[in-house]
Amino acid sequence: MTSADTTPGARRERPLSPHLSVYRPIVTMVMSIMHRITGVMNVAGFVLVVGFLLATASGPEAYATASAIYGSWLGRVILVLFTWSLIHHMLGGVRHAVWDMGRGLGDVRYSMSWATAIGSASLTVLLWVVIMIVEAV
Amino acid sequence: MRSPVDQKGHSLRPGHRTALKSIRYLGSAKDGTDHFIKQRMTALANFFLVIVLAFVAISVSGRSYDSAIGLLGQPLVAVPLALALISVSVHLKLGLQVVIEDYVPNEGLRLVLLLLNTFFAFAIGAAGLYAVLQIMFTGAVVDSPAAAVPGG
Repeated sequence: MTSADTTPGARRERPLSPHLSVYRPIVTMVMSIMHRITGVMNVAGFVLVVGFLLATASGPEAYATASAIYGSWLGRVILVLFTWSLIHHMLGGVRHAVWDMGRGLGDVRYSMSWATAIGSASLTVLLWVVIMIVEAV
Repeated sequence: MRSPVDQKGHSLRPGHRTALKSIRYLGSAKDGTDHFIKQRMTALANFFLVIVLAFVAISVSGRSYDSAIGLLGQPLVAVPLALALISVSVHLKLGLQVVIEDYVPNEGLRLVLLLLNTFFAFAIGAAGLYAVLQIMFTGAVVDSPAAAVPGG
């Protein structure tokens, strides 16, 4: 008699350990995932920063081109996203630094994680409102 | 007969191959808490440098070329900028390294990507530092009286 266990090459469906899909998303988990995603986004943003520096170093024409690209509406959208990603990762870093020191591991961990989500969004809006006011003046 | 010893003279007898003091805190990767500590040291440095440079970025926006060169070339701007380029490059290298280690199960591909990650971090950091130095020297030329009077 053959079964999936004894037939060569046959694979039996085995239970897998629970993974992301079985958990109801909770704020600490989502912010942990976002910390990693924003970290990778920041690398892309850093490439843009170095690109701008290289353009500035190359001379007036390259500087004007880079300024036009970064100042276009698409450029601005990307810069706003980068600003949010940067602030999110910085606030997340502070939260992790507190946790690394063994503090804030009680129920306050939920409010700390919410602070990253709400704080990054509001600080990004605030910063760009200030930038637009400065540019308008 | 003497029992075998390692380079530091510690006994290599079975059950006592390496002195505890030689391996303590190092773990299986042999670099101990090096990654953990560097990731957090550069995080702290980045935190302050990025806040300072955010003001510079806002101030540079919309400037003329000469004015931008003049601002970015100042030592008080260029030096923090150079420090940030180094610190951010180290931080992103360590961060992307963990992402690759977590999500790339194939060992060969993982090794290649880890190598490329290290190359990328050095390349982007070097490119940024080159640009900052170039801007500093250009700024010095733009600011000098000799440049204002051609041939003078």
